Amino acid sequence: MSGALRVAKVLASLAVTVLGLIAVTFIIGRVIPIDPVLSVVGDRASAATYEAARQAMGLDRSLAMQFWIYLEGVVRGDFGTSVVTAGPVIEDIGRYFPATIELATIAILIGVALGVPGGVLAAVHRGRWPDQLLRLLSLFGYSTPTFWLGMVALAIFYAWLGWAVGPGRVDIFYEDLIPPVTGFLVIDAMLEGEWVIAGNAVAHLVLPAAVLGLSATAYILRMTRSFMIDQLNQDYVLAARAKGLSARRVVWRHALGNAAVPLVTVIALTYGGLLEGSVLTETVFAWPGLGGYLTNSLMSADLNAVLGATIVIGVVFVGLNLLADLLYGVLDPRVAW
Amino acid sequence: MSRRWLSRILLCFVAAMAIGVGRAETPRSVFVMAKSLDDLISLDPAEVFEFSGAEVIANLYQRLFRPNPDDPAKPIGDVVETWAVSDDGLDFLFTLRLGLVFASGYPITADDAVFSLRRAVALNKAPSFILTQFGFTPDTVENRIRMVDESHFTLRLDRAFAPTLLLNALSAGIASVVDRATIEAADDAEWGHQWLRTHAAGSGGFTLRRWRAGEFLLLDVDPNQPGAPSALKRVVIRDIREPATQRLLLERGDIDMARNLGPDQIAALRGAPGVTILAARRARLFYLGLNQRHPNLSRPEVREAMRYLIDYRAIAETLLVGRATVHQAFLPRGFFGALEQTPFGFDPGRARDLLAAAGLADGFAVTMDTRSDPIALLVAQAIQATMGQAGIAIEIVPGNAKQVLTRYRARRHDIFIGQWGPDYLDPHTNAATFARNPDNRDEASERTLAWRNGWEIPELTRLADAAVTEADPARRGAIYADLQRAVQADSPFIVMFQENELIAMRDTVSGFKAGLTSDQTLYRTIEKRR
Repeated sequence: MSGALRVAKVLASLAVTVLGLIAVTFIIGRVIPIDPVLSVVGDRASAATYEAARQAMGLDRSLAMQFWIYLEGVVRGDFGTSVVTAGPVIEDIGRYFPATIELATIAILIGVALGVPGGVLAAVHRGRWPDQLLRLLSLFGYSTPTFWLGMVALAIFYAWLGWAVGPGRVDIFYEDLIPPVTGFLVIDAMLEGEWVIAGNAVAHLVLPAAVLGLSATAYILRMTRSFMIDQLNQDYVLAARAKGLSARRVVWRHALGNAAVPLVTVIALTYGGLLEGSVLTETVFAWPGLGGYLTNSLMSADLNAVLGATIVIGVVFVGLNLLADLLYGVLDPRVAW
Repeated sequence: MSRRWLSRILLCFVAAMAIGVGRAETPRSVFVMAKSLDDLISLDPAEVFEFSGAEVIANLYQRLFRPNPDDPAKPIGDVVETWAVSDDGLDFLFTLRLGLVFASGYPITADDAVFSLRRAVALNKAPSFILTQFGFTPDTVENRIRMVDESHFTLRLDRAFAPTLLLNALSAGIASVVDRATIEAADDAEWGHQWLRTHAAGSGGFTLRRWRAGEFLLLDVDPNQPGAPSALKRVVIRDIREPATQRLLLERGDIDMARNLGPDQIAALRGAPGVTILAARRARLFYLGLNQRHPNLSRPEVREAMRYLIDYRAIAETLLVGRATVHQAFLPRGFFGALEQTPFGFDPGRARDLLAAAGLADGFAVTMDTRSDPIALLVAQAIQATMGQAGIAIEIVPGNAKQVLTRYRARRHDIFIGQWGPDYLDPHTNAATFARNPDNRDEASERTLAWRNGWEIPELTRLADAAVTEADPARRGAIYADLQRAVQADSPFIVMFQENELIAMRDTVSGFKAGLTSDQTLYRTIEKRR
């Protein structure tokens, strides 16, 4: 198969996936038993005001027509206007998503930095005390709700010990002082030369990222351990040891190199999960991210915002999957692209 | 990455750690409040209709009149100085105060007042009925709302209403006076509505620096307004929805006030060093709505029995703990003509007799639509338990606010437990919905609470309509007393409590005034001491 054909195939598959995602999200948004007009006009509007708003929202048209109009907008990059923020959904996403990416990226870095070595260590010492200890820590991190963990972390490190700063992305007195360029507050503050504000933003990242990072660590550790045990039992490991290679080289280069292929998928999906699944952490830490935006929109029946955020998260997920597939080819020469 | 950048990043981390261990405290010139702003969808006075928005615009705009908490029957002129009405009660002439200016520096004129009212009617947003009930329509505003000169304008009503009703309506948020010149310079389409949703152009003592939905709202003191606070420069409202987080922030001193604490947080903060709790009486009512299309709930004996199957005092004292006062009439305390008698108490024996008289000695099963918030669920569960003592088996159907309201508005509920807050400080606002239902058909255009519960009441509707045209305050008050007694004695509404908002704040804060309604909560009197 030629390179161009393969790219076309991937793009077609991507388009069908995204179209399916839009269709399913749109239909779910229309069939849930919540009246979206209520978000616009409130509970006490007169019948005439209600009807005018319903027509303005296009809800008097057939479902197929509504979907077609929505699809046209999405193609143009127009996800409509949010009821909750009174602004275009695409602008909201541009504002909230960087906050989530900032948090999720630090969390996944923590997850990889601790989870992968931890998993390797546990696999190498399988059945012995380091393995038992790491499995216990992993179980704790994996089974403890991040919501609860966030509350406890705030109570201990912020309220009690005073080692951490409070909820929010930055101290309230620094709000509105940094013009958004990239949307990533730490970077934008650095670009402005506002080092104190950048430091403040980093301080605000520490606790929520650590809480999120702990659950990511737990999952990556478990999976790394499992993949590594599988690899360490392979004949090529025995052969490498028989050839006199050092234990470090066998484990970290050969076994981990082979385990890296499925591990990339795990890390990509964990990252995707952090990007869309940190709703509760965002709520506890008053973090203005996409998860909180999506939840608030859902509670307010703000369908444009729900659809827009869901589509963006879906596309990111699909993109991360694609990236993981592409990395297979880099990590494993047998996987042809 | 260059060494220079690496050192800068390192500096950030060092600063971060230093900030982390520092003790938090808000500056004296900044007042920081944590509040859930989940209901804030617009700052345009022509559209604002929810609690948070009403409170914010009350601090951004002056109105034609403002509510008078000491005597609700006599609203106080705000932008208006004097008024006069014609003998036939149809024409009102208003004279504006001299020398008032907007935050922009433009003077407030009758043109601004007329523009504000006309746009509110023409935009036809949710609160527009507060003005259109007087006969104004988008087609007639040009003729009925007119400027006479720079300091005078007139209103012509379609029939003679009680003047107090009109003046109270003109003290609602929708009668905020907006700065026409500023709005038209910013956005000349659709009465500047899109711009005004996220900006402000008023003279209420504060200017809107920024509203970032889901994050914060910054208000700066407008030093040009008379009575501007001297020490306070800014009010910050942080949109924090998690009550436990609000509590931690308050205890650490990162905020000065927490507005959405649950019973657990309030209990924990009572007696905490540096924190005081303020109980502010609000006009919001907790009530049950019984759908009259339900064969059992439509029986008078059942309606009466259910009134005796709620342990009002136990709920108020042990569950809500200061958050509510027992109240059983549709006009809240503090309103003109409010009935303060609470004739119903928990009496399961009497309720069982009434159910037996209705042929329901073995009870029956019903559902109760309930918002999934801790307070509503707490009260619903208490009612479920006490109703069960007489055989009424209630199944609680929880849902989010919009979900529950969707069913309620479609008349698909059995019992609805909810809250109701008045739209302005006149008894008609609640009478018009609890005691008025001009058309009980499904396709009716007026869908009051009485309509939602399928309650057909031609007599009470006539009485409620008579009250709005009664010019004599004493006779008007008597009509509302009759209406309340009628609804209290037998109706699908079981009004149970009037809300007290429990507000926790640092003891360095004083002068915060939380009024009966959201739009009486003003920030300009707040002071902070070290």
